Amino acid sequence: MNFLQIISNTLAQILAPATLGYVLAAIGLSVHFGFAGLLNMGVAGFMAIGAYGFAISILTFGLPWPLAALIGLGAAVVFALIMGIPTLRLRGDYLAIVTIAAAEVLRLLFLTSTFRNVTGSADGLSGFQSGFRMSNPLPPGRWGWGPWTYQSDQWWVIIVGLITITIAVLLVWLLMRSPWGRVIRGIREDEDAVGSLGKNVFAFKMQALIIGGVIIAAGGIVTAMGTNVNPNVYVTSQTFYVWTALLLGGAATIFGPVLGAVLFWVVRAFLSNLLPALVQIGWLPFLTTEQSQMLVFVLVGAALMLLVIFRPQGILGNKKELTFVR
Amino acid sequence: MAHGRTAPLPRLHRRVVAALAFLAAAAAGVGILAGPASGASASSFEDFPFAIKGNVRTAGEAIAGATVRVTGKDAEGADFEGEATTDDNGAWSVGVPTKEGTWTVELVESSLPAGVTVPDGFAFEQEVTFGATSTVTRNFTLGAAERQTVGFWDQFLSRAVNGLNFGLMLALAAIGLSLVFGTTGLSNFAHGEMVTFGALMALLFTNLSLSIWIAIPLAVVASAALGLAMDSGIWRPLRRKGLGTVQVMIVSIGLSLALRYVYQMFVGGRTAQLPGAVSQTIPGLGPIRLTITDVISMAVSLIVIVAFAWWLMRTRIGRATRAVSDNPSLAAASGIDVDQVIRVVWVVAAALAGLSGVLWAYFRPGIKWDMGTSILLLIFAAVTLGGLGTAFGALVGAIIVGLLVEVSTLWIPSDLKYVGALVVLIVILLFRPQGILGRRERIG
Repeated sequence: MNFLQIISNTLAQILAPATLGYVLAAIGLSVHFGFAGLLNMGVAGFMAIGAYGFAISILTFGLPWPLAALIGLGAAVVFALIMGIPTLRLRGDYLAIVTIAAAEVLRLLFLTSTFRNVTGSADGLSGFQSGFRMSNPLPPGRWGWGPWTYQSDQWWVIIVGLITITIAVLLVWLLMRSPWGRVIRGIREDEDAVGSLGKNVFAFKMQALIIGGVIIAAGGIVTAMGTNVNPNVYVTSQTFYVWTALLLGGAATIFGPVLGAVLFWVVRAFLSNLLPALVQIGWLPFLTTEQSQMLVFVLVGAALMLLVIFRPQGILGNKKELTFVR
Repeated sequence: MAHGRTAPLPRLHRRVVAALAFLAAAAAGVGILAGPASGASASSFEDFPFAIKGNVRTAGEAIAGATVRVTGKDAEGADFEGEATTDDNGAWSVGVPTKEGTWTVELVESSLPAGVTVPDGFAFEQEVTFGATSTVTRNFTLGAAERQTVGFWDQFLSRAVNGLNFGLMLALAAIGLSLVFGTTGLSNFAHGEMVTFGALMALLFTNLSLSIWIAIPLAVVASAALGLAMDSGIWRPLRRKGLGTVQVMIVSIGLSLALRYVYQMFVGGRTAQLPGAVSQTIPGLGPIRLTITDVISMAVSLIVIVAFAWWLMRTRIGRATRAVSDNPSLAAASGIDVDQVIRVVWVVAAALAGLSGVLWAYFRPGIKWDMGTSILLLIFAAVTLGGLGTAFGALVGAIIVGLLVEVSTLWIPSDLKYVGALVVLIVILLFRPQGILGRRERIG
């Protein structure tokens, strides 16, 4: 068992496009759930609409990548409006069911062979990153330090991703210390009380849904900049992984989603490198290598249960800041 | 999925080329193409206002991956040649620059997959001319073409019966979910795994060489035991701890993930069949295609649903369940042991889910680790449509969803059939959020 290799693979995961995408998705979800108390179970749908909006704009309409990214974000706004209008007046779990259903509808629409010309069906979309890579100002070649040695194009994705994350964190931080943020948190604690103060609860919830949705879609776009887009990624499990990441870090905190998403991927990468290695040296005699990979996901599920039961505020959260009001 | 060439290069629009570069790559399975410039010699049928299209199939089956070549002359009289590869449905389409003149359509014989037999005297080359429309269709049907004309109403009837079967199966699962929601307020995301559990248990018992008629009741009993274990192991302690409904809902999500991958550890990614999964179609029903398994499945669903309705309406514990569903505090105050009722509800819900899992395994057909998850949202749709927390609403909702899923394939592609049900779920919340049988007060 090559322990150094395992550690190196684990550390390299910190800057992978998937991790950066999850960080953004978790930040967006923290606006939805952590601050506004909205049970968005359609995280995968928001990420998919960002990624597909980005890829389709480039492939089918030939737009330059910054414009394509804006279209991906705009599509998320539309998606949030469509989901919010029927559900935001209703009890929280209706939003959960509708968002999870809408995300699945989106995935099926991207998966069907009917629109193969545009969506690539089950093959997904690829070959749309060339414009993004052409805009890369970094020196070519492969460079970096230790586990973080990447190609120039990968560094470009990482840098754009980190800039986006910084903007998102700043935006959420500024929003949450503004009067708008206080209203949003008030809605989470007691919707009726905020309503009786003359605030339009529906409009505030809708704004929160849109802002969070746009940040989640940015996560989908950043992931798409680094890898291909495939409908099988945007399943409901992905939504649950983002939830796990968010609850791990702390739902109602600014840095919790960042920490949670990085930890989620680091632990997941560590386990999926370590467990097969343990199987190979015979320390887990009752498992095969494939089974040990599934054990990782069993542990993710168990971790989600234990987190919610024993530490619902997450690592960075404050117990006084109730995140599970209803 | 067209791939054409013209002698004088047409004006190449960057975006079309980029799109085509991708399409060509996907068609050929080549993989990633470097960039927009790489498809410079290609043009797409999207360039042209006219198209020749059609299908390549044997008597019944579509042929994918066959090449069709179109040749002719464009408006300036230059030679034009376009090619297309058939997709999974056997469909192909080639764009042409003009609708004047005669076009030759050739099915390239060497591109046919191995094992496809061609009848004597089959015309690989055919000539087509355009009519008034901008597209013309030319199909290649290999083998003796038995044309089956099925009228709309015959198809409708056939799918409606199928949908009823699916709906009844769905109802078994939905009733349990709705009961649990009504008594505990929990939207149980692990319900799909309870469905899978029933099917897996039936598989386990048949693998122990028990007859299927013993294996299925045993699977239902095992499912009921799972319900009891889940209630006393997880849900009751959490109720005691006073966790909010949202927290418990997320716990059920975690449980769903964990269970799903535990199943996959045991059965892997394969699809297993229960005995009797393939059975004879009953003759003499006209357009309706029903197997003996289908009929037994529907009969079992109906009997169980009627028995359940009797239990809920007539027995003491059924009445107590409805009372708890209505108002837990009031029920407790009038001497009902609420914890006991909830335990019974979990057992009943799990048993019903397990049975629906067995029937789902026959309907799909096959047992797979994520089979329950794949219908979880349809179960939720059924429950929401009927009215959250109402048992009979779930029944009505499930039958509507089942019919909708199957009948909608008359108009929409079958890989989109779940979309209809989910869209209806979203739309119904706009107009009647309490569902069909729900009461307005439930939607706080």
